[in-house]
Amino acid sequence: MLSVKNLHASVEGTAILNGINLEIKPGEVHAIMGPNGSGKSTLASVLAGREEYEVTAGEVTFKGKDLLELSPEDRAREGVFLAFQYPVEIPGVSSTNFLRTAVNQVREYRGQEPLDAVKFLSLMKEKMKLVEIDQKLLSRALNEGFSGGEKKKNEIFQMAVLEPTLSILDETDSGLDIDALKVVAHGVNQLKSKDNATIVVTHYQRLLDYIVPDYVHVLFNGQIVKSGTKELALELEEKGYDWIKDEVSGTAV
Amino acid sequence: MTLSLKKDHKLLDLFLKSESVKTDLPAFSDLKAESRLVLEKAGFPVAKSEEYKYTNISKKIADTIENPYAPYPISGLEKVEIQKELIQSIDGYRIIINNGTPDFNLSDAGDGLFDVDYFTDLDPSEVKEIGKIEKSEKDPFSALNTLSFTQGIKINIPEGSVIKKPLLLVNYVKADENGSCIHPRVFIKAGKNSQATIIELSIYLNEETVFVNSVSEWDVAQNAHIRHYKLQDGHKHTLEVHNTGANVHRDANLTSVVMSLEAGMIRNNLSLNLNASNCEGNMYGLYLLNGKTHVDNHTNVDHTQPHCQSNELYKGILTDHSRGVFNGKIFVRQIAQKTNAFQQNNNILLSEDATVNTKPQLEIWADDVKCSHGCTTGQLDEEALFYLRARGIGKESARALLLYAFAGEVLDKISVAPFKKYCEKLVHERLGGSY
Ligand SMILES: Nc1ncnc2c1ncn2[C@@H]1O[C@H](COP(=O)(O)OP(=O)(O)OP(=O)(O)O)[C@@H](O)[C@H]1O
Ligand SMILES: [Mg+2]
Repeated sequence: MLSVKNLHASVEGTAILNGINLEIKPGEVHAIMGPNGSGKSTLASVLAGREEYEVTAGEVTFKGKDLLELSPEDRAREGVFLAFQYPVEIPGVSSTNFLRTAVNQVREYRGQEPLDAVKFLSLMKEKMKLVEIDQKLLSRALNEGFSGGEKKKNEIFQMAVLEPTLSILDETDSGLDIDALKVVAHGVNQLKSKDNATIVVTHYQRLLDYIVPDYVHVLFNGQIVKSGTKELALELEEKGYDWIKDEVSGTAV
Repeated sequence: MTLSLKKDHKLLDLFLKSESVKTDLPAFSDLKAESRLVLEKAGFPVAKSEEYKYTNISKKIADTIENPYAPYPISGLEKVEIQKELIQSIDGYRIIINNGTPDFNLSDAGDGLFDVDYFTDLDPSEVKEIGKIEKSEKDPFSALNTLSFTQGIKINIPEGSVIKKPLLLVNYVKADENGSCIHPRVFIKAGKNSQATIIELSIYLNEETVFVNSVSEWDVAQNAHIRHYKLQDGHKHTLEVHNTGANVHRDANLTSVVMSLEAGMIRNNLSLNLNASNCEGNMYGLYLLNGKTHVDNHTNVDHTQPHCQSNELYKGILTDHSRGVFNGKIFVRQIAQKTNAFQQNNNILLSEDATVNTKPQLEIWADDVKCSHGCTTGQLDEEALFYLRARGIGKESARALLLYAFAGEVLDKISVAPFKKYCEKLVHERLGGSY
């Protein structure tokens, strides 16, 4: 589904991603871990199409298409979803109006009829239940004044409504208490199918107890320096990242 | 007679000369003589004048207005299509001004809720009130209006009158070979405990260069609640100066919303005198500018008594080579304790050549007050734009959604639903994008 080959990216002339290779097949869950500043969010942003990042080398194909050629909106319409590490507050734009616009533009791209108000509302209701999000939140302006946890829940709610094929969750678990974490994980698991895939970026192995990954990758200095199964996450939790850093510098010598 | 104006001629000569051929209004001769003296002394603002330093409208008028006289009244106004479409969508009392002269034949009667009178029909005691709120010394263009108006209207809302439907003050404007300068004049007296909403708009019947120089005076009596919405949606060759002054009395409330969507150059001077305790003045504005349009909002709120509140929010979206100017003066006099005064001016620049000059000017002599002000000028929020696009919303609609949300905060201040809808439609069209 997603194939990342030798991806290099920089921002304002500084190289941040230095040759990422990643293969993701339908039905898989990949966890990406790594120290602060290693480039996890940058990778997520580059995949979602943020324009500040310049891809200097490499290629990314998504469902056979050259992803890097597509605008951010077309990537979303193709089925890429990024749950932001820091969701943006957008005063004056109502959550409902925003989501309806998004849903219908995605549908239009896929040659589907737009949802009318009634159908849209029932879709909202169904997904609200799934992520246990309060109706009151959605009657407010998008993310405005939401708590950290509410913002993260809202990301998963949007994901549920948009039903992407590839979801990239950038630290969706950070700042969530254990109950909210369970709800979010439950939502993600409910949406999992053999046709879609998920990338979870996280610092905490705790999340991976609920969203069980098929693979765990460690990102360091803009490269995936180690990949393994879920046991790797446990090892990282226990030992931190230093041993990996040592390993990397060891091989470099 | 046509008088061609060259750059090097003084605007003053031009207008004073044009004035001398006008029919005089005996009841107003003293007032006019006084304003003439004021104007002769002060002259029109030049590039260096502090109050007009970003808005050299004098030069603009001198450069483009060839003929300082008023055009003839427009004939066949009752048949004008545009009147049906827009004006009749709003269920209200129409007051029609034809090239600066009120036309009562086309206007609606006030159902006993209010009266409209020509200035020439006023009692001497009423005549005395004219020019007291908007004094000639305050602004040369205000003085010019006082000197030049040939008729005016007084809208009298009697004590206790609650007018549910809005009053629609419609200025029809059409420059012609006779002239292209119009000096509309309105005096509104809102009696004790009265309530009214006044919507003011101008309809330009051609795209000739025209100079509209209006003065409105508002006397808002005790516990009156008045809302004033003004839509400025002309064309690229309008030059406009609007002087609006209000005296707001005890427990009264005046809300002004000014939307400037299309013009050549506009200068709005809005001043509220909060003259007694517990009154409230609200000033809101929205300007969407493109091309070379230049809009300057100068506001002034004077807190002269304790326990009053003023709120001010002006927002602008500017593109191309347009220019916006905002100057907000807030005075809080020494006895005006417990004053609340808030002011905000926010601008979004969509092009590198658009500019905004914004300046808050607070002079506070009282010590127990809550005052805040802030101004921002920036680009569209790129983070927000990316967020929306990352959800599948196209770039153009995402931009429109964000800009509309920005403008919406001002549009939300309009309480008359069909008029709000009409303004929303105009703003939507301007901001583009389908969503
Ligand atoms: N727009 C930018 N301008 C300059 N530097 C940037 C920009 N975005 C990211 N960086 C830098 O790139 C590096 C990688 O950042 P990134 O946000 O991808 O890290 P991360 O792995 O997600 O970290 P965290 O765990 O803290 O979220 C950091 O050193 C960061 O400062
Ligand atoms: Mg990050």
